[in-house]
Amino acid sequence: MQAESWQTAEVPGPTKALVITKPEVVVAMVKRAKRPILIVGHEAVDIDAGNEKLIDYTINLAKTAHIPVVATAHIVGEFLKRGFPPAGWMPAVDITNRLRDPEWKGLDGKGRYDVALFTGIPYYMQWILFSTLKHFALNLKTISLDRFYQPNATWSFPNLSVKDWNENLGAILSKLGGE
Amino acid sequence: MAKKALVVKAKELKTDVAVVKDFEVSIGRIIDETWTEPVGPTPFPSITDLREWDFKLLHRYKPMYMPFCDLCCLCTFGKCDLTQEKRGACGLNMAAQQSRIVLLACCIGAATHLGHARHMVEHVIEKFGRRYPLDVGGVNVQLEAPITRLVCGIRPRTLGDLEDVLDYLEDQVTHLLSATHTGQEGSNLDFESKVFHAGMVDHVALEVADIAQIAAYSFPKADPQAPLVELGYGTIDTHKPVIMVVGHNVISSIGIIDYLKENDLYADVEVTGLCCTAHDTTRYSSRAKIVGPISWQLRFIRSGIPDVIVLDEQCIRADTMLEAKKIKAPVIVTSDKNCQGLQNRTNDPADEIVADLVNGKVPGVLILNSEKAGEVASRTALEIAPKRKKLKIVPSVKGIIEAAKKCKLCNDCTRACPEGLPIPEAMREAATGNVQMLADLYETCVGCGRCESACPNDFSIHSFIIATAGNILKEEKFKIQAGRGAIQDVEIRNVGSPIVLGEIPGVVAFVGCANYPHGGKEVAEMCKEFADRRYIIVLSGCSAMSAAMYKDEEGKTLYEKYPGDFDAGGIVNVGSCVANSHIAGAAIKIANIFAKRNLRANYEEIADYIYNRVGAVGVAWGAMSQKAAAIASGCWRLGVPVIVGPHGSKYRRMLLGRKDNEKDWYVYDARTGDRVYVGPVPEHLFYTVETKEEAIVMVAKLCMRANDTSKGRAIKLTHYIDLHKRLYNTMPDDIHLFVRTGADIPITMKEEILDILEKKGWKEGWIPDPTLLPRLIRKRKE
Ligand code: SF4
Ligand code: SF4
Ligand code: SF4
Repeated sequence: MQAESWQTAEVPGPTKALVITKPEVVVAMVKRAKRPILIVGHEAVDIDAGNEKLIDYTINLAKTAHIPVVATAHIVGEFLKRGFPPAGWMPAVDITNRLRDPEWKGLDGKGRYDVALFTGIPYYMQWILFSTLKHFALNLKTISLDRFYQPNATWSFPNLSVKDWNENLGAILSKLGGE
Repeated sequence: MAKKALVVKAKELKTDVAVVKDFEVSIGRIIDETWTEPVGPTPFPSITDLREWDFKLLHRYKPMYMPFCDLCCLCTFGKCDLTQEKRGACGLNMAAQQSRIVLLACCIGAATHLGHARHMVEHVIEKFGRRYPLDVGGVNVQLEAPITRLVCGIRPRTLGDLEDVLDYLEDQVTHLLSATHTGQEGSNLDFESKVFHAGMVDHVALEVADIAQIAAYSFPKADPQAPLVELGYGTIDTHKPVIMVVGHNVISSIGIIDYLKENDLYADVEVTGLCCTAHDTTRYSSRAKIVGPISWQLRFIRSGIPDVIVLDEQCIRADTMLEAKKIKAPVIVTSDKNCQGLQNRTNDPADEIVADLVNGKVPGVLILNSEKAGEVASRTALEIAPKRKKLKIVPSVKGIIEAAKKCKLCNDCTRACPEGLPIPEAMREAATGNVQMLADLYETCVGCGRCESACPNDFSIHSFIIATAGNILKEEKFKIQAGRGAIQDVEIRNVGSPIVLGEIPGVVAFVGCANYPHGGKEVAEMCKEFADRRYIIVLSGCSAMSAAMYKDEEGKTLYEKYPGDFDAGGIVNVGSCVANSHIAGAAIKIANIFAKRNLRANYEEIADYIYNRVGAVGVAWGAMSQKAAAIASGCWRLGVPVIVGPHGSKYRRMLLGRKDNEKDWYVYDARTGDRVYVGPVPEHLFYTVETKEEAIVMVAKLCMRANDTSKGRAIKLTHYIDLHKRLYNTMPDDIHLFVRTGADIPITMKEEILDILEKKGWKEGWIPDPTLLPRLIRKRKE
């Protein structure tokens, strides 16, 4: 399936993200991952995801699938307010820089991550951070959970309506055993 | 020939480090027998002379590339697909390609400032002569050209001396640009070193351009009391003919003001502008006005208020002619770099040109003579204003509501908008008669017009936003302090010690363009935050304007509220983009005036000093241009970190430290030669943030330096922790990296921090006399 970049001009070149056509794709990736990580940007605080904010969804997802979370920008406090201390917080460029480093042993010192899920970072910034990982972290699979197609990820949703996106997010969570 | 001689002479000097007196350049113009300071190791450095220094920085701050495109398309071998470790037909890989593009951008930036400087210097020499003295601050500024002295090793005394400096700079840009050719440089780190060189060259060019114009045109000379001038659409008397000037090279605007003054017409005409030319018109005449930053171009033209539009160079919209035609305002272009396809009328009589413009026979003209351009612009404005009657093209709210009903809700506009503004939703609301949502976009819209180009209905979406915002624009009435130029030597003497010891927690420079993620208000908020915390705030360019565009409860702007002194709690507008040189210059002056380090051709040592001791940080919140890239590069080589807003991620390369790699953060103790761990100070050299809150906390953090005294470090840590707690709602997780000894711990947080240190297994260290340069070690251990 073909998908288009959400910001019209943000086209990358020959290597484009595979399209997540159904939630099972993400579920399988997460289940198969040995060391997944979830990176949540500041927009997650404001974006509605069904009856909750995207940040609340990410907390549910992290708890359900036991994925460590890195909060970027200044939103660690929002996680703490919700009683969920993230595994770490650091600038979006810093976590990207570490993820591309073959020597980095992860937040817990136990080794590299193999799957990185991202959501809530401004579209154009996320676009370019995915580009770093696409080019310089060849062993890492990246997944965008955002509503818009991120061509530099390994896997991304196409541009979705709010309704379809919410349904997909909900299905991912429930198929991983969450509510 | 002359350039070659200059370089040869410089090379000879380098073999005899720091002892050559009475430095004489053989092309014969720079003979300075009075400057007794010894010549340092790198006069007129070539593109490799400072490579080792660059590599020291690049070792700590390894480039992280963020490719903007998978391809290279620079030559006809290509396009080449460089994804995932592929190489192009020339053998280049992606890291080298990205750094090459960064170098190209910085060469464009440096060449632009340099072209500007060359034009300025030639022009003022023609007017005032080569022997005209370079007075940039009278007795208050003995160190008139710190960057030039540092880089070139000469002390320019007159306008003519600047020509030699420009020769050197042009030579360097040519070499740098040539390195980007297919099949030249192949190492990304060498490209990066060249990027730093381009940045350094750029800083010299900025300085040359600004000190030439300050001296020749008597701009405020290092004046903390520079006059408050008017800024904002609402300050313009629309009953008068209005001349709008846009760009960066003030020469033609000075031609206008001079003509109006000489003919006693200045009170009858409004001269107002955008971008840096506007800054510089107010430095020349406090009666001139500023409309606003670069992003106000479309909205101001479409308002119909300008009767004549005068363009010089840089940051001008390429579609100005099209926009101007719609409001029937003639355009006068005045720069050989920006001719807009117009006929060159420089040698025609002014009467004829004015008649052709007023009668609409031609939409605009090219005039490459500032006096003639000044006369033609002034007379045309006076004659055409009654005819034009401020013809505007902003639609009525009623018309917008009708148009909104036809909106296809196709999303093409929002997908084209750099800010991703919710235009379709606003249109849907407008169709019901409620235009508030459209009006609300005003604050964030950067005025680029991309939405309009994308709209299948050809809606003037930007105009819709302006029209519905209605009074907001008219109420834009602010005061900004005119650009003061250099920082006085005595100011440096007063703040040198508290800055280097860390008691003034930092110098924060807000610079650059207006491609903001959430409007300009965030710039003003950040300035206020740090001014209230007694940092020194310096501003330039569009950022200086944006900071003026917000008022407190008493109706005062930051410039009315805070002093313009280079001192704790001061808010200092140095001026236009070229005045950025005074910010770098101030850091250099601290090393020289306060610390008595030799300046002359002593780049590496001074940069090492600044890097380890001067807690300065640049914030380019809306940076977008190649010039901004070049300016930032000049800061990096000097060891000054730069933070950019989220759009700055598109500069496609960051220079990031790794605080988790302890081995990266050792320096030499110059007293003993010991290698000492000093923590990640400053953590990054070039870094893009998502949010204002993140930027604020990072500014506080990046102001820490290896040399901070315990008292200074405790003050800096207090700000960092306090801001982190307020904006992140928690303690930072890296405090232990910044506490070197128990005395560094802020007294009010002692218990809490001791507890953290214990958990982290922190060990007491010591505070060295830090340097990255082994040659500065005074006494080696046996
Ligand atoms: S410069 Fe090199 S990588 Fe670029 S198109 Fe030419 S051959 Fe390909
Ligand atoms: S003019 Fe304003 S609304 Fe239109 S694309 Fe540019 S920023 Fe977005
Ligand atoms: S591009 Fe034009 S028609 Fe499409 S949603 Fe935007 S305003 Fe409406």
